[in-house]
Parts: sequence; C-alpha cells; structure tokens
Amino acid sequence: MSNTMTAMVLHRLWVSFLTFIFVSFVVFAITNMLPGDIAEIMLGQAATPEAVAGLREAMHLDEPAILRFLRWLGGLFVGDLGTSLVNRLPVSEMISGRLGNSLKLAAVTTLLSVPVALLLGIASAIWRNSWFDRVVSTLSIAVISVPEFMVATGAVLVFAVYLQWLPALSFANEVTSFTQMLRVYAMPVVALSFVISAQMIRMTRAAVIDTLRTPYVEMALLKGASRSRIVLRHALPNALGPIANAVALSLSYLLGGVIIVETIFNYPGLSKLMLDAVATRDMPLIQSCAMIFCLSYLLLITIADVIAIVSNPRLRK
Amino acid sequence: MTEDIASRRAARGRLGWRINAVGLIGLAVVVFWAFVAIFGPMLAPYPVSEIVDFDYFGGMSAQFWLGTDYLGRDMLTRILYGARYTVGISLAAVMLACFIGVTMGMVAATVGGWFDAVLSRAIDALGCVPNLLLSLVIVAAVGSSIPVLILTLAAIYSCGAFRFARALAVNVNTADYVKVARARGERLPYLIREEIFPNIIGPVMADFGLRFVFIVLLLSGLSFLGLGVQPPNADWGGLVRENISGLALGAPAVLMPSIAIASLTISVNMLIDNLPTRIRDRSE
Repeated sequence: MSNTMTAMVLHRLWVSFLTFIFVSFVVFAITNMLPGDIAEIMLGQAATPEAVAGLREAMHLDEPAILRFLRWLGGLFVGDLGTSLVNRLPVSEMISGRLGNSLKLAAVTTLLSVPVALLLGIASAIWRNSWFDRVVSTLSIAVISVPEFMVATGAVLVFAVYLQWLPALSFANEVTSFTQMLRVYAMPVVALSFVISAQMIRMTRAAVIDTLRTPYVEMALLKGASRSRIVLRHALPNALGPIANAVALSLSYLLGGVIIVETIFNYPGLSKLMLDAVATRDMPLIQSCAMIFCLSYLLLITIADVIAIVSNPRLRK
Repeated sequence: MTEDIASRRAARGRLGWRINAVGLIGLAVVVFWAFVAIFGPMLAPYPVSEIVDFDYFGGMSAQFWLGTDYLGRDMLTRILYGARYTVGISLAAVMLACFIGVTMGMVAATVGGWFDAVLSRAIDALGCVPNLLLSLVIVAAVGSSIPVLILTLAAIYSCGAFRFARALAVNVNTADYVKVARARGERLPYLIREEIFPNIIGPVMADFGLRFVFIVLLLSGLSFLGLGVQPPNADWGGLVRENISGLALGAPAVLMPSIAIASLTISVNMLIDNLPTRIRDRSE
C-alpha cells in the first residue's frame, strides 16, 4: 500500500468518524425535539412537583442538552445504552437477543444473494442486449421501482399461497431441527434477497460494462479474443474493485428491507423491537436502535469507499 | 439562408417534442392517477367507510370490482380515495423538496467558499442516515400527521435534490456567460434565476420525477409500518397494512393497492426515461 493510498483511507475513516458524531447528534436532537417533560409523562398520575424534580435529577434532565448529549454519546462508546422508559430494563439487555436474530437474517441473506446476484450481473454483462439480459434487467428494475413490502407480499403469494412450499409466517423462537430452521428462515430470506439482489445485479452489470468500454478491452477484441474470454480475463479482474464496492453498497439496502420484512413475517429482530418502541415512544430504545442501524449503514458505506480507494490501480505504486 | 435555418429549426422543434410509445404509456398512467387523485371521490361507487358486504376479503365481482377489504368495505372506493393521500402528499413533498434543495444547491454553487463547504459536508453526513430510519425517528418523536409527513419527506429528499442541483450548478457556474454576468455586477438572485437555473432545468425536471418515485415508495413504506397516514383514512401503503391478514387467502384487497403503487412508480420511471429529446438534450 502506497503512502497516498494509506493517507486517503485514513482520511476516509476520519470522515466516517466525524459523520458518526454528526449523525448521533442529529438522532439525539430529533428524539429530544418533543415538547413536554419526560419525567412528568413517566410519572403520570403520581406527578407531584417533588417527584418530578427528583426524577428529573435522577435522569439528568435538568442539565443542558449539550451535556446530556455528551453523556449519552459517552455511554454509547462504552456500551451503556440507558434504561427503557417503558419496562425499566437496560436497553442493552433488550437489544442483544434481537440484534443476534437480525444479524442472522442478514448473514443468511448475504450468503444467498451475493453469489446469485454476482453471477446474474456478470452473465447479463457478458450477453448484454440479449434476451437473457433484457429479462434480468427488466425484472431488477421492476423490483427496484416497487415498495419493499410488495416484493415481500409477492414472495408470500407465490411460495406460500400458490405453491404452498413454505409457511407464510415465521417464528424464530422454536427452532430445534435443520428442516425447521429452513422453514423459518426461507420466506424472510427469499423476500430480502429479492430486494437487495436487484440493486446488486444492476450495479455489477454496470461495473462490468464500464470496464468493457476501456481501450484494453477494445484491443483484446481486435486481437480476436472471444466474448467470454474478454469479459473473464480482461474486464472482470479490473472490475473486481467496482463490483466489491457495488456489493457493499447494495448490502446497505438490507436495512430498509430488514425493517419491512421483519414486520411482515413477524420476525423477532431489531427492527420489530424498534417499531414497538416507536409505538410506545420509548426514546432510549429508539435512540439505541437507530444508532445501531446508522452505524451498520455507515460501516457498509465506509467499506465500499475504502474498497474503491484500495482497488484504484492508479494509487498503487 | 435565414429561411433555411428557420425551417430547419422548426423541423427539429417538431421532432424534439415527439415522445415514444413507452413514454406515452407512462404519461397516460400518470395523468390517469392525477385525474383520480382530484376527482376520485366523485367516481367512487360507494361511501368510503361504509361496510357494504357481509363477507370480508371478498373476491372480485361485478358488484365490487376490486373485491372487499377486511371489514367488507368496497376496495375500489378505498383505492380511489387513497390516491388523494399517496399522490397528494408525495407531490407536495417533492415540490417542497425540489424547491428547497435546488435553490440551496444553486446558491451554494454560486456563492462557493465556506458556505458551500459547510452546507455540503453537513448534507453529505445527513445522507448517511438511511431514509426510512430518519423518517421513523422523526415520526416517533413528533407523531404522525399529514403536515408532519410532508415536511419530513421534503426534508429528507431535499438533501438529494441539493446535491444533484449543486453538482450541475457548479459546472454551469464556470461558464463564460456566468463570469460575464458577474463582471457586469449582477447580484446573486439574478445569477441563479437568469443564468444558472435555465441551464439546469432539464435534468432537474428528470430528477423531480425520480425523487417523486422515491417519496411515493418511502411514504408507502411508512404507512405500511403504521406510521404514515393514520386510520380511518388510508393511503395505498396503509391499505396494504390494513389488509395484510388477507395475504394468506390471496385476497385482492392486499394485491390491488400494491398494484396501484407499482403502476404509479413504474409509469413515472417510464415517462422520465423516455422524455422528449427536447428536454433530454438539455440534460446532457
């Protein structure tokens, strides 16, 4: 790794860190925008002035907002996410199990969709403008331009209602055997895979076609190399950076998809927890869930950018 | 000679406004939904919240064209009324978003300096919060109502409009005629109104359409999660949510609102991909 490259990567990481601070400030500011006193709301009927004052002090609500923000941010870094306003449990305890479930869903989806999407994307770049390419491109554009919940409901209709291969709802709590696991994960994973594969196919195809427009590919064409040899030997190695970038970027779409898919299939993951928290206005829980989502999104975008920097041969000296 | 140029220009003008078949279909569907959004309640065969069928999740029939919902209300009526929310809120949000974003983008590009740098950095950072999540947090904090929805969606998508317009305006800003106007002593409002804006209007219009699609999708997603338009009113996303339990029965009550959303978003995409060359040329 050259010095310029290291410097650029470090700069990118620094920008990500600053972004994280800014984003946490935005999340904190929005969740504190609500007029009204949390202490008073929490105490409800028992809100005597003394009790309210006591609770305000215990929750540090009497401090200026910026101090509370710094305290909260400091807590985030050491894993102290505060306590839920609704059931008085530590937020980190409520989140840990759910986070595991969501990560499992994301991991299985990634393992399934990345190879399939890459194959389809590269294949449609090789045979571009053929009927295969047209079908794949049209389908992926169609999936992108409809809401995520429609993709999920469509998957349920096809696989659970008409074909009756899979159950329509899943409950990840009662997994004891492999076949059961398959049945639980199948629907959410299939639905989620459709959502992110569409993006990945389009971006992979664009990345490969982009390298096909370069002079060295034209040279290979003039030498009389076959179409698949041009793509596999000349274009693909040079497109690996952009493709890895495309994969990381598409995976950031997992997030929006996860929120919808977990809702449809009643999957006990993090976004289900967050939606329930929105319904009960449990701010510490909402803040923590939002920060976990933002952090993973930021992480994926940063990885994508770092890959783009590292894979740029002009910086490799 | 002058006659020749004039006739050639006229011919190109006629050709330039021609739109192909795919674009025309897109335009037709968009116009159709706009018509429904305005006149929908007059076309509706039944009162919107009246239970007209004793059977719930009824199939399509001559009496109920699109079946009935989970309470036995007429689905066609619900969709005709829902168009008003989906199209109306999205249109209001996209107009606000593009107005704010494009104006700020042009100002940032024309003024430059620290103003541009700070604004761009802040908006880039904000872009790192996923849209659905940001709207979730805002709605959680202030509650959901139609003005809140419009402002939230507009705020989220004005960031994208800002970046898009700024990138275009930065290019135009370096052109000679802008330098000349500056040297002439023209002020900022004149520069962005007379020199920058007319030169980025084409792509900005295409971007407007694309942003409208994103907003429709996000609004539907929010309503689907129960955080958008609140019952008893329902936009198309809300209709899907209401009737999701009919999914296992394959009821048209779940399918039809989804199809309505898809037809709107896909046809807007078709329209902007096939805009008349007269508008497209400006975007290159």
